[in-house]
Amino acid sequence: MNMLDCLIASLQLSFSIDPRIIEITLRSLFVSGSAALIAALWGIPIATIIATKDFHGKFLIKTIFNSLIGIPTVALGFILFLAFSRETGPLGFLRLLYTPTAIIIGEAILITPIIVSLATTAIEAVDPEIANLAKTLGASESQASLVVLKEALEGVFLAGIASFNRAIGELGIAQFVGGFIFGQTELLTTGIWIELQLGNPGTSIALTVILLTMVFTINLALNTIQRIRMRGREWKSLLSSEM
Amino acid sequence: MEVAAELRNVTKTFAEKRALDGVNVQIFDGEILALLGPNGSGKTTLLKILASILRPTDGEIHFHGVKVTGQNVEKIRMESTLVFQKTVLFNTTVYDNVAYGLRIRRATKNEIDYKVAHALKLVRLEGFEKRLARKLSGGEQQRVALARALALNTRLLLLDEPTANLDPKNARIIEDAIATTSRELKTTIVMATHNMFQAKNLPHRIALMENGKITEVGTSTEIFERLSKTLASFAAVENTFAGTARVSENGSTVIDVGNNVQVVAATKNVGEVSVFVSPEDIIMSKSRFESSARNIFKGKIVEISDLGSVVRLKVDVGKIFTVQITKQSFSEMRLNLNSEVFLAFKASSVQII
Repeated sequence: MNMLDCLIASLQLSFSIDPRIIEITLRSLFVSGSAALIAALWGIPIATIIATKDFHGKFLIKTIFNSLIGIPTVALGFILFLAFSRETGPLGFLRLLYTPTAIIIGEAILITPIIVSLATTAIEAVDPEIANLAKTLGASESQASLVVLKEALEGVFLAGIASFNRAIGELGIAQFVGGFIFGQTELLTTGIWIELQLGNPGTSIALTVILLTMVFTINLALNTIQRIRMRGREWKSLLSSEM
Repeated sequence: MEVAAELRNVTKTFAEKRALDGVNVQIFDGEILALLGPNGSGKTTLLKILASILRPTDGEIHFHGVKVTGQNVEKIRMESTLVFQKTVLFNTTVYDNVAYGLRIRRATKNEIDYKVAHALKLVRLEGFEKRLARKLSGGEQQRVALARALALNTRLLLLDEPTANLDPKNARIIEDAIATTSRELKTTIVMATHNMFQAKNLPHRIALMENGKITEVGTSTEIFERLSKTLASFAAVENTFAGTARVSENGSTVIDVGNNVQVVAATKNVGEVSVFVSPEDIIMSKSRFESSARNIFKGKIVEISDLGSVVRLKVDVGKIFTVQITKQSFSEMRLNLNSEVFLAFKASSVQII
């Protein structure tokens, strides 16, 4: 099969209703979405504390999170593999190795530094008097923190998108702790790799096209929603000023 | 008269700097107390401590007889609100900005609608509800900030230089809203200012602040009479000068403030006086202009401060005058440090203290 035939076949496969392709795509979305959600659940409160509180070691913690943004996924995948190994790993008793849950945990750990670092920067950019303002209007400490977070929403939203992109595109963790169990732990990235090893470049290309299209579409959709929300407010404001 | 709030021997230090140094003051229910003093004298720190958003390093604060502690601070904070000097607004509509504190207090939708409309009416911003607050002009933004505080009708209203950096029109609207609130609702108001004119006319009492201490407290008449000769040097506030007044042949008062600078005032006075000219009342031009203003000076710009929508300039005409112009005027006139400019102000704008 020459390159052109291969490309045509792969595009046909990309847009066909192949149950396996659909299953892999949905699993990838679920795993990366869950990882991004978990990372946001613990990452955003951490970022809020780092950005709004003064404490000893703050600079060191920020430096550590910033440094971990670039951690190689293969290295993290290998460490998690050792941790989750059923015979020798300290977390082996959880019996998570080669499950989607292990991939979700691994990806959540991988993207936590991204969400913490980017969200911290976004929250730090908010006028420091905003929290004081909320308090003078009667807000409690937690309500004031929420206001600050709301003011930084665009930056935090961007941190979430960047984290999801990193999760859905990574291979190392999915390989080490997910393996290649057909119908159970296979993802788009691992699918691309394994199909190439099995001599099916057409399927690899098809999965690549799906992965890229999906990342682009999701980002486009999220950015569009954000834009519509902002434009809506500006239009309302403009219409109100002309009335 | 009932005491609304009291500071007992309050000290506040930031790192090495002592912002407040053993401050004792009682604020009476329903009064307007002005904190008058130069920049860095501790006015803002005192207001933030009264607003319970800053804890004192030492000393006690009592609010209607109750000592403020870590346990009751959030409850007591509900009884006061602070309008910052630098306008701070939430990135949302005017309505949501003004409604924020009411929502925190779990007011009903009808109650919020009514109070937001009433507060916006007080600052003459009716119909601005759906506008994005941060898209408004500087003066309108500060009026939204005041409306947001007025909507809560707290027992104590704290204002940090509420008209600083504003043009005369917006400043007047804010002063009117403050006066109306004090008159009709009997709200206790503490207001920091370094505007002599405002300090003389708006408050019931004045507390003079210098180097983190309250040096004098009294009615505006008492304070200005007692300190008329030294106020200019004491306060180091903008456009306040000490000089000798005499009545000229045409009946106006001429005050010699030194360095060959003579200021003409409309009110008759002789002897040692202090005079004040509000920065907002001074007109500036790059060329000599025809004007009915009795005071016209030529000088050089020695300092430029960007304050957002307005620019504050210090002009040396023999004495340093502070002038405030819009950013647009500043750009159009292409002003720089050492630019030569002309200043003009009416004799009626000169306040003899």
